[in-house]
Amino acid sequence: MAAVRPQGTSHAGRQVEIAANNGHNQASFAAIPTMTLTFEDFPPGHFGSFGPRHVTREEILAFAAEFDPQPMHLDEVAASKTMLRGLSGSGWHLCSIMMRMMFDAFIGRTASLGSPGVNEVRWLSPLRPGDDLTLDVEVVEARVSRSRPETGIVTMKALVRNAAGQDLCEMVSPILVSRRDATAAAELAG
Amino acid sequence: MRFFEDIAIGQRREVGSFTFTADLIKAFAAQFDPQPFHLDEEAGRKSLFGGLAASGWHVASVCMKLMVTDGQRLAKQQAARGEAVAAWGPSPGFRDLRWIKPVLAGDTISFSSEIETTRTSSRRPEWGIVQARNTGINQRGELVFSFLATGFLPRRNNNPAP
Repeated sequence: MAAVRPQGTSHAGRQVEIAANNGHNQASFAAIPTMTLTFEDFPPGHFGSFGPRHVTREEILAFAAEFDPQPMHLDEVAASKTMLRGLSGSGWHLCSIMMRMMFDAFIGRTASLGSPGVNEVRWLSPLRPGDDLTLDVEVVEARVSRSRPETGIVTMKALVRNAAGQDLCEMVSPILVSRRDATAAAELAG
Repeated sequence: MRFFEDIAIGQRREVGSFTFTADLIKAFAAQFDPQPFHLDEEAGRKSLFGGLAASGWHVASVCMKLMVTDGQRLAKQQAARGEAVAAWGPSPGFRDLRWIKPVLAGDTISFSSEIETTRTSSRRPEWGIVQARNTGINQRGELVFSFLATGFLPRRNNNPAP
């Protein structure tokens, strides 16, 4: 059931296989060689398209009950009377799902040091039960950190769409990624 | 919950505190952000975070949880006093979210919200648009989390059902 979309080009035009994980608990990297992506693998430009990721009504309700218990995310009847006209997932749930899709697609095998924040998120259309999400990722800027020259800052724009091609959420966020020399030195040092 | 007309720039609301236990950090991370420093104490210690650290999306989601819960508590009080209660509209997004310091296992974060801008919308006359700076402070008083939220609030006298 896991739809795998062969994906993307990386540094030096080398084809990189990136498996999109359709579910939460599948091992995503079994078929991928243990190659760690570093700063050099994120040149500006289109990075890849990933998914689909199916979202169930049950997970929308579970996230909302724990983190965003507003009627528009919990109750079909109440939700039908809101601006969103029907049950929708929390925007924070959608951001969290995007995080997971990016993890499964590449962050899980990237020398990532975390992220300092998010420049902007735009929630453009509601997340609905049963949506199949696809994610497009573009590197908008890649630069070496001035304060930590062994680290790069990769700013990504991620856009998630539903199966109808409607834009649901756009996120612009930097992540910190080790440079290749720093990664190699760390691996040698064990 | 309040109507747009009840909101003024500079109004501040403490929305509550939350302790990020190791179990909660790992449960959220396993579902949404399974990077080693969010799942494993040893990996966290070796990372820039210096310990098992909550996913930034976990911190943001908990902020939302406390905002909503506190809003619902205020709404109940308003209803008990016989006042009209405003229902929040959806949010078009946010800007300038910063994970300033790691939230480590055992940290207790207190969240608050302060109104920064208010405006009306000609396209949606029944709604006002409010920006608020939402922040989180840990038990040592250090600012750890901040973002500029945008939301729709209903206007008191111009709000027929859509």
